[in-house]
Amino acid sequence: MSEAQAATALDGTQLQVVQAELVRGKALPGPLLEVLLAIQQRLGFVPPAAVPVIADGLNLSRAEVHGVITFYHYFRQQPAGRHLVQLCRAEACQAMGANSLAQHAQRRLGVDFHATSADGAVTLEAVFCLGNCARAPAMMVDGELHGCVTAQRFDAVINELAGRS
Amino acid sequence: MTVRLYLPRDAAARSMGADRVARVIEETARARKLDLQLLRTGSRGLLWLEPLLEVETPQGRVGYGPVSGENVAGLLTDVVLRGGPHPLNIGLVEKHPYFASQQRLTFARVGVIDPLSLEQYQAHGGYQGLRQALTMSPADIVQAVTDSGLRGRGGAAFPTGIKWKTVLDQQATPKYITCNADEGDSGTFADRMLMEGDPLCLIEGMTIAALAVGAAHGYIYARIEYPDAIRTLREAIGIARTAGFIGPDIQGSGKAFELELRCGAGAYICGEETSMLESLEGKRGEVRVRPPLPAVAGLFGKPTVVNNVISLASVPVILAKGAAYYRDYGLGRSRGTLPFQLAGNIRHGGLVERAFGLTLRELLYDYGGGSASGKPIRAVQVGGPLGAYFPESLFDTVVDYEAFANVGGMLGHGGIVAFDDTVDLAQMARYAMEFCAIESCGKCTPCRIGSTRGTEVIDRIVRNENRDKNLGLLQDLCETMLQGSLCGLGGMTPIPVQSALKHFPEDFMRTRS
Repeated sequence: MSEAQAATALDGTQLQVVQAELVRGKALPGPLLEVLLAIQQRLGFVPPAAVPVIADGLNLSRAEVHGVITFYHYFRQQPAGRHLVQLCRAEACQAMGANSLAQHAQRRLGVDFHATSADGAVTLEAVFCLGNCARAPAMMVDGELHGCVTAQRFDAVINELAGRS
Repeated sequence: MTVRLYLPRDAAARSMGADRVARVIEETARARKLDLQLLRTGSRGLLWLEPLLEVETPQGRVGYGPVSGENVAGLLTDVVLRGGPHPLNIGLVEKHPYFASQQRLTFARVGVIDPLSLEQYQAHGGYQGLRQALTMSPADIVQAVTDSGLRGRGGAAFPTGIKWKTVLDQQATPKYITCNADEGDSGTFADRMLMEGDPLCLIEGMTIAALAVGAAHGYIYARIEYPDAIRTLREAIGIARTAGFIGPDIQGSGKAFELELRCGAGAYICGEETSMLESLEGKRGEVRVRPPLPAVAGLFGKPTVVNNVISLASVPVILAKGAAYYRDYGLGRSRGTLPFQLAGNIRHGGLVERAFGLTLRELLYDYGGGSASGKPIRAVQVGGPLGAYFPESLFDTVVDYEAFANVGGMLGHGGIVAFDDTVDLAQMARYAMEFCAIESCGKCTPCRIGSTRGTEVIDRIVRNENRDKNLGLLQDLCETMLQGSLCGLGGMTPIPVQSALKHFPEDFMRTRS
């Protein structure tokens, strides 16, 4: 794929966002991570077709850009579902039943971790520590932190999401 | 007369409904025409009582918690607004046994003030340390930090003053101050609470560090999992800049310090200092080979101070009250205080800032109140995912860096995760290996490959396949990782595994269905 072809695979808005962030990023030392974070924040993901554009804009190789995207757990190359549910699976949460909560969440949503439900409503992710270890188990839903999450509380939050969307 | 109420805006309090409580308070006050002022603060650290509402009285602040939206109506009464009785009344917060016995040096203002009020910050001792530092030579500032005995609170416990001296002595410029705020250890949240509850204290500490080593630029590397801390820090940096506490001319001194916040992207390894520097440079967070030390060639190849949030936030009080004041807390080579974090299966989870020298048992039972489930505490993991699992027989270990090292553990960042008797230590050992496999940066083989082999070997032990042979193999693998890894991730993952094998062998030997 030539760089021109890859760029056309981005739609107009996406290309605009990527280019704007490249302009902003060029003023920073070591800008790649900042640029990627900003693109994901605005587009919800980093489209694979953005890779050559970013590489070109920051004078890096595509391998370097791809390498950074795939190194960090936070970046996604496909859009997530309408809602993002992140369950903490680290030790403090495990001590308070995070493993059975994880099983419950997978059953309730009908998805595995790092997958999106068939209706596109919810993406389920495992994370390691949300810093709420005294109120375990913890989860984050669309950026909002929840503590002492039981199966019942989990269902209540998910039902509320369904009502919202 | 206006009644002043305080309610935390800390993420842990919000995770238990603090924002809803705040909303209902405002609505109820309007409906009942009550003359109230609601201030949002950090958290006091009595996290099991969150959301903890405090009412200001002439005697002090009286606490009510945990409050939910439902009990606000019953709380906004004449009796309670004078600090009177209610089933949720915990008395004067500062007289509460959990709080009264603490020694709050670094967390002195957290939970007390509005984190974004420069006025309240200064009214409670803020910026006294910087003002003092501005009258001192760089070498004298470094000496004060050295004399205080402060050691890195991120986990490695390296003397902060010595690190600063190395950077001060470098000829190369520019120099950088970096704050490692990538608090990824399970069971830790002190950095988060400080950044949300007293961000100006961190900024002040970094500014003093800059004066000490001759740096004009600083970065805070915060983790993306902490959106509240990121928001609060961004605002605080703006406030400090507007007031001339950072920027081109700090308080008319002619000294400059620019501070930027950068975010991680979900990689545990970026809590390792050289990996963090790679990430700050926008690269994959792969560990660097040392030497050179970051103090000599760090960020962009320049001399760089890398300190944890709590180390930097402990500096202002050292400068304000003197090295001796800080050093007089603690014992042996562990001076000052450590904010312990009680987490996991514990009844009274929260933050306890105390001088070194108390025992694990005091923390778990006197403060923690035992397990949350009511079952016996069977194991505690101290110091995050790379820390040892302690059995009950070691609960009387004195909490200081050396005493912990003597029993094969480490204090790390002060996180203590309790497990009741339902825990399976073979599974926790397997998890340690699995976590290392997920989070390994991939640069060195013992960590990258060893962690995956580790999970497989533990699986075979648990399934009783050639158990004795595989137990030997696991010990061998642990030694290889300990000795052969480039950094602490691969190099310390064996600690939880070996401690589980040593103290809880029965969990590996059981016959399972």
